[in-house]
Amino acid sequence: MAKKQIVIDPVTRIEGHAKITIQLDDEGVVEDAHFHVTQLRGFEKFCEGRPFREMPSLMARICGICPVSHLMASAKACDALMAVKIPPVGAKLRVVMNLAQITQSHALSFFHLSSPDFLLGLDSDPATRNIFGMIEKYPDLARDGIRLRKCGQEIIAILGGKKIHPAWVVPGGVSEPLDEERRDKIVAMLPEALEIILRTLDWFKASLKNYEEEIATFANFPTLFMGIVGEGGLLHHYDGKLRIVDSARNIIKDGIEAHEYRKYIGEAVEPWSYLKSPYFKPLGYPEGIYRVGPLARLNIINRIGTPKADDEWLEFRKLDRHAVMSSFHYHYARLIEILYAVERMNEILHDEDILSTHVRAYAAPNCEVGVGMSEAPRGTLMHEYHIDKHGLMKSANLIIATGHNNLAMNRGVLQVAKHYVKGKELKEGMLNRVEAVIRAYDPCLSCSTHATGQMPLHVQLVDRRGTILSELKRN
Amino acid sequence: MTVNVLTLTIDDQQVSAREGQTIMQVATENGIFIPRLCHIEGLDPVGACRLCLCEVKGTPKLLPACTTKVSEGMEVSTSTERLGEYRKMILELLFAERNHVCAVCVSNGHCDLQSMAQKVGMDHVTVPYRYPKLQVDATHERFIADHNRCILCTRCVRVCDQIEGAHTWDVMGRGEGSRVITDLNQPWGDSETCTKCGKCVHVCPTGALTEKGRSVAEMAKQRRFLPYLTKMREEW
Repeated sequence: MAKKQIVIDPVTRIEGHAKITIQLDDEGVVEDAHFHVTQLRGFEKFCEGRPFREMPSLMARICGICPVSHLMASAKACDALMAVKIPPVGAKLRVVMNLAQITQSHALSFFHLSSPDFLLGLDSDPATRNIFGMIEKYPDLARDGIRLRKCGQEIIAILGGKKIHPAWVVPGGVSEPLDEERRDKIVAMLPEALEIILRTLDWFKASLKNYEEEIATFANFPTLFMGIVGEGGLLHHYDGKLRIVDSARNIIKDGIEAHEYRKYIGEAVEPWSYLKSPYFKPLGYPEGIYRVGPLARLNIINRIGTPKADDEWLEFRKLDRHAVMSSFHYHYARLIEILYAVERMNEILHDEDILSTHVRAYAAPNCEVGVGMSEAPRGTLMHEYHIDKHGLMKSANLIIATGHNNLAMNRGVLQVAKHYVKGKELKEGMLNRVEAVIRAYDPCLSCSTHATGQMPLHVQLVDRRGTILSELKRN
Repeated sequence: MTVNVLTLTIDDQQVSAREGQTIMQVATENGIFIPRLCHIEGLDPVGACRLCLCEVKGTPKLLPACTTKVSEGMEVSTSTERLGEYRKMILELLFAERNHVCAVCVSNGHCDLQSMAQKVGMDHVTVPYRYPKLQVDATHERFIADHNRCILCTRCVRVCDQIEGAHTWDVMGRGEGSRVITDLNQPWGDSETCTKCGKCVHVCPTGALTEKGRSVAEMAKQRRFLPYLTKMREEW
């Protein structure tokens, strides 16, 4: 049997476009596998020359699923350019919107994209292995998912005026304070969301025993984990400092401020993907592999900080002696984060000062460089802006959550392919598992590819006998 | 002083007018809306944008309502199917000529170009966009000039000249190379004639001239000052 390549194109039920290639040897055994991101967005380039105050709205256009996450990181970068401390209530309102975003995005990933794998089976008919198949067979669960996502989206709309790309988050804070009527409307939506998430957690935990093989093989390997932790090491998606832990949960580095990120994070480029591969600089490339996102966040914190989510977290922690290693548990972590988001939104909205009208700080640009960092649903999001003295953008560097996970996704694809894919007796279910490991990371690829012109290109013209006839290199 | 009163028809409606009034003025007084972009009450009309073109019986040419004086017995049509198509085409060309990115514009939701497109039903641009590379001038301490959003209506030029009396703004170049400029094409921040009054910003129909510090969709223009100032100028 000659060498063969299996191509999965496109990878389904993810956000954005990607393909996976699996190389088989002469015996049909998996030799190597790659996860390719096949599109380029270029936001880093076309923001150049624009006034920095446009950035939150412009950068939010990177994504229709998690625009709010980009709004947060971008607005924080702009706050840094203005060198302002935003009013506390402005920050709290941003936090509520960010948590609503986490809720809706996690619900989308879990219910709409991944639950068909759990409920209908990884080997079931791909024609019905989707949200519509779910609605038919498990209408209650599908309804829960849709209701939960709606709750998150509605809160974003109530706060920001619209569900997608609200212009409410502005440099210096938010543009409008919250009033009593809208606050009460949001608070009234939360009990149903709480019921749904508790119900889903119970069901998911009970079903984990059915996936022991997947748990053991879905990107289950030691890596570093990175994310933002709030004060006291509590879970925080909006504000805090970076922490990096190893697979034994030892803190490798703590207290990294947003503007210091380049000291610790390098960005490698591979010729087969538009997605860059960030790595932890002190360990080098590719040894500095780390993971971000819900699993990483629950691995790095001291505790969550809300009662019910803390109970769930303690149970989650028992999955592994050290850090929870299997990327299959991203799903589990996502559910716990939704629970936290619902509890935390309720707490914040009951704060006495939440209706304060002082929600925005005003200033001219005072710094030429600003870095904003927040936790998007998929992990740590970084926006770095450079402006001229008049406030026009000179350059931007974006590290998107999905990018941080690139190395781990590639290694995960290889692990799953090696375990499941047998070239001689290829079945659809095998390949679906390769896709499912990517789904566990919930990548948002449309978000994550922005730079061009830096890709080292290496083209070889080779004849039938393998002799190199011509070679071109660009670095 | 006696004023001759004329009678004419606009869109089959019998109306009376004072001699010397334009079709635009008479239509507005009688509640008939004619699309316009370069025209704004309080500044001299220039007939530049061609959106207010009307059909006048007995005249083969289309005439701009903002500069055409009414005459006795005139029969004017302001909203025929042909005019509607022309207006859509003009707006399409305006959108395609420069980089009007409404979604992230500070004037989103408060823009005359945008609302005019909605009014005449222009929902697609069928000609290719030109994507010119244009400057954003942020050198002024209070204002920003973004040539990507400019439609060359010259409202800024006229208000600066006729109301403020500074004549900081003017137009240079020809055709697609035309630009509004400050002084002798110097950065706005270096202009010695600019009084920083901000009238140009507030008469600008789009997000081309805006106040610094505004975020997306926050730049609502205040124009109520213009008729008062014009009246004061006339009376004094």
